[in-house]
Amino acid sequence: MIPSIFAYFAPTSVAEAIGLLTQYGDEAKVLAGGHSLLPAMKLRLAAPGVLIDINKIAELRGVVINGQINIGALTTWHTIEHHVGLKGVCGVLPEAVAQIGDIQVRNRGTLGGALAHADPSADATAVVLALDAQIRTHGPNGERTIAASDFFTDMLSTALEPSELITAVICHKLGAGEGAAYVKFPHPASRYAIVGAAAYVKLSDGKISTCRVAVTGAGPVPTRQGDTEQAMLGSDGSAEAVAKAAKVSGATMDILGDIHASEDYRRAMVKVYTKRALTTAIARARG
Amino acid sequence: MTTISVTVNGKQYTHDVEPRTLLVHFLREQLNLTGTHIGCDTSQCGACVVHINGVSVKSCTTLAVQADGAQVTTIEGLADGATLHPLQEGFWEKHGLQCGYCTPGMIMAAADLLKNNPNPSDDEIRHGLEGNLCRCTGYENIVKAVRYAADKMSAASVS
Amino acid sequence: MTTEIKERIVGRSIKRREDPKLITGKGSYIDDIKLAGMLHVALVRSPYAHATITSIDARAALAMPGVVAVFTGADMLDINPLPCAWAAGRVKNNVNTPRALAVGTVRHVGEAVAMVLAEDRYIARDAADLVEVEYDALPVVVDAKKATEPGAPQLHENAPQNIVMEWDCGDKAKADAAFASAEVTVAEPIINQRLIPTPMETRGAITRYDEATGEFTVWMTSQAPHVMRLLLTAFVFGIPETKLRCISPNVGGGFGQKIFCYNDMAFTMWAARKLGRPVKFVEDRSENYKASTHGRDHITDAELAGTKDGRITGLRVKTYANLGGYLSTIAPGIPTTLYGRILSGVYKIPAAYCHVTGVYTNTAMVDAYRGAGRPEASYLIERMIDRYAGEIGMDPAEVRRKNFIQPEDFPYDNGLGMLPYDSGNYEPALDKALAMAGYADFRTAQAEARQNGTYLGLGISSYVEVCGVAPSAWVGLAGEGWGAGLFESANVRVHLTGKVAVTTGSLPHGQGLETTFAQVVADELGVPYDDVEIQWGDTQGTPFGYGTYGSRSLTVGGTAIKKSLDKIKEKAKKLAAHMLEANEADIVFEDGKAYVKGSPDKAKTIGEIALQASLAYSLPAGMEPFLDETSYYDPPNCTFPFGTHISIVEVDIETGRIALKRYIAVDDCGNQINPLIVQGQIHGGIVQGLAQALYERAVYDEDGQLLSGTLMDYAIPTAEMAPHIETAHTVTPSPVNPLGVKGAGEAGTIASAQCVMNAVIDALAPFGVKHMQMPATPERVWKAIHGA
Repeated sequence: MIPSIFAYFAPTSVAEAIGLLTQYGDEAKVLAGGHSLLPAMKLRLAAPGVLIDINKIAELRGVVINGQINIGALTTWHTIEHHVGLKGVCGVLPEAVAQIGDIQVRNRGTLGGALAHADPSADATAVVLALDAQIRTHGPNGERTIAASDFFTDMLSTALEPSELITAVICHKLGAGEGAAYVKFPHPASRYAIVGAAAYVKLSDGKISTCRVAVTGAGPVPTRQGDTEQAMLGSDGSAEAVAKAAKVSGATMDILGDIHASEDYRRAMVKVYTKRALTTAIARARG
Repeated sequence: MTTISVTVNGKQYTHDVEPRTLLVHFLREQLNLTGTHIGCDTSQCGACVVHINGVSVKSCTTLAVQADGAQVTTIEGLADGATLHPLQEGFWEKHGLQCGYCTPGMIMAAADLLKNNPNPSDDEIRHGLEGNLCRCTGYENIVKAVRYAADKMSAASVS
Repeated sequence: MTTEIKERIVGRSIKRREDPKLITGKGSYIDDIKLAGMLHVALVRSPYAHATITSIDARAALAMPGVVAVFTGADMLDINPLPCAWAAGRVKNNVNTPRALAVGTVRHVGEAVAMVLAEDRYIARDAADLVEVEYDALPVVVDAKKATEPGAPQLHENAPQNIVMEWDCGDKAKADAAFASAEVTVAEPIINQRLIPTPMETRGAITRYDEATGEFTVWMTSQAPHVMRLLLTAFVFGIPETKLRCISPNVGGGFGQKIFCYNDMAFTMWAARKLGRPVKFVEDRSENYKASTHGRDHITDAELAGTKDGRITGLRVKTYANLGGYLSTIAPGIPTTLYGRILSGVYKIPAAYCHVTGVYTNTAMVDAYRGAGRPEASYLIERMIDRYAGEIGMDPAEVRRKNFIQPEDFPYDNGLGMLPYDSGNYEPALDKALAMAGYADFRTAQAEARQNGTYLGLGISSYVEVCGVAPSAWVGLAGEGWGAGLFESANVRVHLTGKVAVTTGSLPHGQGLETTFAQVVADELGVPYDDVEIQWGDTQGTPFGYGTYGSRSLTVGGTAIKKSLDKIKEKAKKLAAHMLEANEADIVFEDGKAYVKGSPDKAKTIGEIALQASLAYSLPAGMEPFLDETSYYDPPNCTFPFGTHISIVEVDIETGRIALKRYIAVDDCGNQINPLIVQGQIHGGIVQGLAQALYERAVYDEDGQLLSGTLMDYAIPTAEMAPHIETAHTVTPSPVNPLGVKGAGEAGTIASAQCVMNAVIDALAPFGVKHMQMPATPERVWKAIHGA
């Protein structure tokens, strides 16, 4: 219930934060919403010597919608969930975010924090994969943009360099003929995803021209389902087509089992939730 | 040690705290505001919910230093003098508590819920309290208590 | 003086007097208490489930600024292990209980090995991490049945094959004969999984020691402070009871876990005396999960025999009860008296037999958890009834009806050694629940829904339970094996001003006893409700009582108050006769007034009588001053509440996820003093019980690590996971006590697990599912459907 001792810094600019990250290296952890980090510190599963609280960096907060959607890394789940503009142009984001944790978690938890932590059962990871979002980062060598599909590298690991900070997530606005959905089988206690599936489809002339499906919760890393995506391409999006494509979801992915859901069961649920996510996404794309 | 200045229930406090001090410990140990409780160590139970700048948070998962400069409201600051908040009244009227341990956090969470959704359905109330655990009531009367408050608050805002 | 008759408040749903301070954050729970100079304890706990402690090095911890002392079990050999106050009756018991801190060997993960005392809790925690303990790991067993097998790791030298006791009840020969000649038999393995009680407040203790007088004061999260005083003084410390004062402040839920004598009470006392400073310990949630008591954990083989037309003829049960690494305070009594003796439930079963083996394993201690034995019994019989109904193709409601004990059978002897059931009328409760559920139409709707791929199931649970366990002569050492009796006490004083103070040995921690008791007192004495004060929780100032658990506080504690009120009224009548210069035999006492029969206009109020008794300048010859009466009530029998619950569930066959569509509860707890409070007890009980059916289970791995060690892993229901509950009741007063009450605290839990499991299994009938173990997790359901 009590974290170990740490040195605390609350930088007010990205540059200052990166300076601190560079200075303290592995010893430092970034504190955003803190709803993964602080519980781990209280149980002494994590004991960083330095905590860099980025909450005073105002430029990292907020949602800007113009040609595309730019969500500051420190934007809370609550802001995303209740953002009026987002509902119309990327409804899957508030939909997914509303399923995270609870109201208090959503009041503090942030998009950037969740992506950087890359919990294998996080919800947002699957959604940014399905949306093919771009993750904007800032480090000692300046800014770079990492495609979501390149970001999650291993269990709790990302393409983020040790001294880099996520600054924003960028995704495109969904228009006519596009649809996306996130469905989730929540853990009864932690409310993380036992299995979560996000799907995005684009219809051209009634056929599916783009499809992205990502699964979280089931394995060590949130994973795009290439076989399912391929199976959907060119199809009419019928229930039969979806059922067939969903059958191969998770087939090539590492799946984990625990006391709450065995590997076999999770594997089966990946297919079910892939089907459900695709079904809803297609219905939305049809308008 | 870091010096922080926090306004709690309308009163300003300036204290030295270790950066690792959890907000809930700061409130309970340093300010003697023991109405905010601790029921778990993993941010599940919600017994510690308070408001920071009007937004409900789990004070066991917030550092006291993060509340520097903020307005904090705890269960002790919810009533208007001797007049109970409609939620406090609702919990009393509808038998929404038994042992009372989860109650302060439950009420503070419900207050945030009603702020965002002044007229929730019973299902929305249940969903909105997903961050708070009660082991006594089976939630049936908690739902009634929140409904009571919602009705009373919306009646008051109409009149 | 007013003459109108005061309105009775017994039976009214008045809101609780306990609440104003609790809803404003002004309650006083253990962790809210601060004493000057208080030291804080952090514990070093064993990461091993079974190991020999080879060394403990506290030098680094002691060197940390702010650390005052580090103690280990070896330092505390001058106090005794904690007692087990209940040795299962009339059988050999191999008793091993924990010490304040482990000595030599640890037997479950989380067992306390050393205590660090520091100026604040942050320093204590840091220092505890610096205490270096070396262990030699020993082989581990966590499963009760495996622990009794040859070659299993042994926990205690004096308990071969880890067996605590072999206990049985009923008539084995008769049961065997019934099975030998049965038309139909059904058999199932039934696992009643381990649960963690999870009161929202964890446990703790604070001790202050007065060196000048040698007196301890311990604030404790206890449901039974008087019992703790007895156990800690007479058994652990060997000091007079008069040297210890135990105080329970507001207690944040108990559900059984806070009945027992725990090591923290002992080590805070020991350290406070040693250091001359107050000492505080409060558990973290993960400590509570590893080291405070758990509940249930039975592995059972159950068999039911009957005729083809639905008449039950026999019941045979063999249970392994996992009691953990040591015996907790009343552990062996739970799977015996409170389980075996009530296994036949609401049914006439002519031949029944139960054998229980109590077992040590490398797990946390198991003791009473809400319902304590009765949920396990009720789950078993109600599951087997459904299984039998399925086997003979009969409506499960009709099988129940056909075998119910009938109203004229009471008092009813069930043949399992339970005291006679006091009163009951089971059919009206069943009928009411069936009507509320729309049972007549349900099967048609169910069949239609299945055609559309929607799988609905309906489960019935008709239950009886045992409350207010008594009398002491039966439950005590000479009978069932309790180390003590089970009476309850109350003192009532009517002060000079007419205000009434009641002290009780009961210990409310959510049950609303202050309100309920005050309602009884106000009506009996005819005084305003607000003039009645109910005081509790402090052994200094309340008469000895056994505490609050087992749904006993109104039936036993409430009756003790009633008895004191009767004595007060008798004395008031005597004094009124003196004041009115009348014959005592002619005095009537009603509505707070005493008068000569036929002359109510010349009445003396209870206030006037109390004033006269207190001033004492004119009392009848030989009468002592003051209206002040104490009673100890030892009931002649237990009480037996009952009812029928029905639930309706829908199963998503693709995922195995279950939606609770309806939950209907018809309960009969006898007379109700405050229906609002009764209903609240029922609601809460139901959700705890159905949580066992759907969500909760404590899981140890083979190494004895608790995998469900936090609230992130152990799923207690949220509001969304709990159903809306529809309640109704029937009223069959208990003849056992003058209030006619039976108890309501555990009924919901005792009824609900099997109610939901029966519904789930009913929904899965098209897939050939006849039985499933709890909890019915989506995975289990999915596997049952898909044969995986």
